[in-house]
Amino acid sequence: MSTVQAEVSELVGREYKYGFVTDLEMDTAPRGLSEDVVRLISSKKNEPEWLLAWRLKAYRHWLTMSEPQWQNVKFPPIDYQDIIYYAAPKPKKALNSLDEVDPEMRAMFNKLGISLAEQERLSGVAVDAVVDSVSVATTFKDKLAKVGVIFCSFSEAVKTHPELIQKYLGSVVPYTDNRHATLNSAVFSDGSFCFIPKGVRCPMELSTYFRINAADTGQFERTLIVAEEGATVSYLEGCTAPMRDKNQLHAAVVELIALEGASIKYSTVQNWYPGDAQGRGGIFNFVTKRGKCAGANSKISWTQVETGSAITWKYPSVILQGDNSVGEFYSVALTANYQQADTGTKMIHIGKNTKSTIISKGISAGHGQNTYRGLVKIGKGASGARNYTQCDSLLLGSQCGAHTFPYMEVKNKTAQVEHEASTSKIDEEQLFYCRQRGIKAEDAVSMIVNGFCREVFKELPMEFAVEAQKLLSVSLEGCVG
Amino acid sequence: MLEIKNLYAKIEGREILKGINLSVAAGEVHAIMGPNGSGKSTLSQVLAGRESYEVSGSVLFNGTDLLSLAPEDRASAGVFLAFQYPVEIPGVGNLYFLRTAFNAIRKRRGEEEMDAIDFLALAKERMKLVEMDPSFMSRSVNEGFSGGEKKRNEIFQMAILEPTLAILDETDSGLDIDALKIVANGVNALRRKDRAMLVITHYQRLLDYIVPDRVHVLAHGKIVRSGGKELAVELEKSGYAEFI
Repeated sequence: MSTVQAEVSELVGREYKYGFVTDLEMDTAPRGLSEDVVRLISSKKNEPEWLLAWRLKAYRHWLTMSEPQWQNVKFPPIDYQDIIYYAAPKPKKALNSLDEVDPEMRAMFNKLGISLAEQERLSGVAVDAVVDSVSVATTFKDKLAKVGVIFCSFSEAVKTHPELIQKYLGSVVPYTDNRHATLNSAVFSDGSFCFIPKGVRCPMELSTYFRINAADTGQFERTLIVAEEGATVSYLEGCTAPMRDKNQLHAAVVELIALEGASIKYSTVQNWYPGDAQGRGGIFNFVTKRGKCAGANSKISWTQVETGSAITWKYPSVILQGDNSVGEFYSVALTANYQQADTGTKMIHIGKNTKSTIISKGISAGHGQNTYRGLVKIGKGASGARNYTQCDSLLLGSQCGAHTFPYMEVKNKTAQVEHEASTSKIDEEQLFYCRQRGIKAEDAVSMIVNGFCREVFKELPMEFAVEAQKLLSVSLEGCVG
Repeated sequence: MLEIKNLYAKIEGREILKGINLSVAAGEVHAIMGPNGSGKSTLSQVLAGRESYEVSGSVLFNGTDLLSLAPEDRASAGVFLAFQYPVEIPGVGNLYFLRTAFNAIRKRRGEEEMDAIDFLALAKERMKLVEMDPSFMSRSVNEGFSGGEKKRNEIFQMAILEPTLAILDETDSGLDIDALKIVANGVNALRRKDRAMLVITHYQRLLDYIVPDRVHVLAHGKIVRSGGKELAVELEKSGYAEFI
C-alpha cells in the first residue's frame, strides 16, 4: 500500500474549508441544562403552553435515561452541564426581506458558497438558513405559498400553524425515543417545517442550511416534513461548523410523514467540522431521523453523504406502514483521520407488499472507523414484503476499520430479504493501472472512490451530486498517513 | 528507440532481472519468450514504472531516461503496457476512464483536451479494430468482463492512446483461438513505422499471428539467446529445458 499511502498523505495540509468563525452579536442562555433553561428557551421563542409542557415532559424523561452504549464508537462522557443550549444571533430588527439580513451574516453565507440572494434569484432552490439555534432567513416563501406549500422556520410554524405542529410533532420520533432525541425534544431551538398539501408537487427543491457558529453551544434543530395525499417533495440539507478544539454536540431530530401516495426525498450532505488530524475537536453528530410511510403507496427515500463530524451516529429509518409503501436508504459515509461513524438505517415493514432498498458505502482512511448498522424488520402482517440490502466497504490504508452489523427480524414467511456485503481496498494494482494510462495518483484515488460511491451519488439531485464528489475528494486529501 | 542497458530489478531482496541488455528500433516488433518465473512480467512492469521494484541500470527511450519518470509521465512519453491481468475499477465507466487518461496525457503534452462528443466518435471508430461491442463503453472498467473481453479492452485502449512503445504482457493468455485472432489482428493493425512493440509470451502460438522481427529468450533474469522469428518455432519444439 506504500504508494497509495504516500499519494494520499502527500495531499495533507488541505484545511477544513469551512472552519472560520463569524463575529456575530449573540444572545445566549446560561451554560448548563436545567428546567429553567428549558423554560427560558420556550419563553425566548414565545411558545404556547402546550409546547412548553411537551418540552418539560421530555426534559424530565431525559433525566431518567442513560447514554446509549451499544454503538461502535468511543468518546469521553459528555458533560451536559458544560454546554450552552441556546445561542441566537441578535437580529438588528425584524426582517421583512432578505435585503435586511445582517451583512455579517450574509457575508458568512457567501463565504460558505451559499448566497441567500443569489439562491433566490438564480438557482430556484428555496433555502432556510439556520445559524446556531435560530433560522435567519427563508427564501422563496411567497412563491411557495401560492401553491399552498408551507416552508418556514420551526419557530414560525409554531405560531402560524400550531394545529399542524401539534398534530405531527413527535408522531414519528416520540420524545421518549432515545436519549439524544429526548434531549432535542426538551431544548430544540429551531429548524425547518415543510408542509406539502394534497396533490401538490412542490415546484422547487427545498433546502435547509445549518451552520454552527458560536463556541460551546450545542445545536438542536428539528425538522418536520409532512406530505399530504399524493404530494411530492425533494428536500436537501447541508451543514458546516467552525474549527474548534473542543467537541460540540449536535443532536437533531428529523421527522417525515408521507400520507397516501405521497413521496418525500430527503438528501443530506453532512460536512460538520471533523476534528483535526490528531482527532482533537469536531462535532458529535447524534441525529435521529425517521420517516413514516403512513399511507398506502407512499414513498420515503433517504440519501446521505456523511463526510464530516468527529462522530456520526445516525440511522435514517422508514416505518413502512401503508400497503405497497417504499423505503430507500442510500448512504456514503467517509471516515478519515480519527473520525468514527456508526450509521445505517432501520426499515420497519408493517404494511403488505412493502419494499425497501438499502445501499450503504463506507469509506475508511487514516485511523477512521466506519460501522454500518442496519435493521430490517418484517412484521407479521407484512405479507409479500421485500428488502434488498447491499453494504460495501472500501479501505484506504492499514490502520482504519470497517464493520458491518446487519440485523434482521422476519416474522412473515412470504417476505424476501436479501443481504450482500463486500469489503475492498484501493490496491497498488488499481492505482498503477490508472497511472500507467496517464492518470496521476491523486486523480486516480478520487476516481476510484467516486466510482465506488456511484450508486449513491446518482440518487442525489444534480447540484448536490457535484458538491458531494468535490467534498469527497477534499475529505480524502491527507487522510492516510 | 528503446535502449536497455544492464537492467537489474529486485523485489523484497530477491533479484529478478540480472542485467538485461536490449535495443529495439522504431517500427520493430520484438518477442520476449521464456519459462515461467524467468522475469518476463517483471521486465514489463519495470519498464512501465511499477514502484515496488528496486531498479538499477539504464533505460533510454527516445533519448529520455525512462527510469527517472513517474508511471504517468512514462505514459505521456508514449509507453503503454497491456496488462496480463487488467484491473477492475467498479463504478468508473470504461469510456470515462479512457477519456480521462487520454486527456491527462494530452494535457501533460501541452495539447488541447478532446471533448466528450469527439472522443465518443474516436472510440466508436477504434472499437472496430478489436470487434468490441459499443455497450462496453458504458460498463465499468473491466468489471464483469470475461478474460478475452479484458484483453480486447487492453488493445482497444492502446488503439486510443496511440503509444510509441507498446508492451504486451502475455496478451494471449486465457484466450481461445477466435479471441486470439481478433486480438492479434488488432495489434497488427496498430503496427507502424514509428511504433515499437515488445510482445511478451510464453507460447509461440501468438507469434503465428503477430510475426516478430526479433525473438529473445529470457531465463533467470537474463537474455540468454536472441534470433529471428524462426527461434520461436524452434523453442516450440524443444521447449525451454535447455535454459532452466
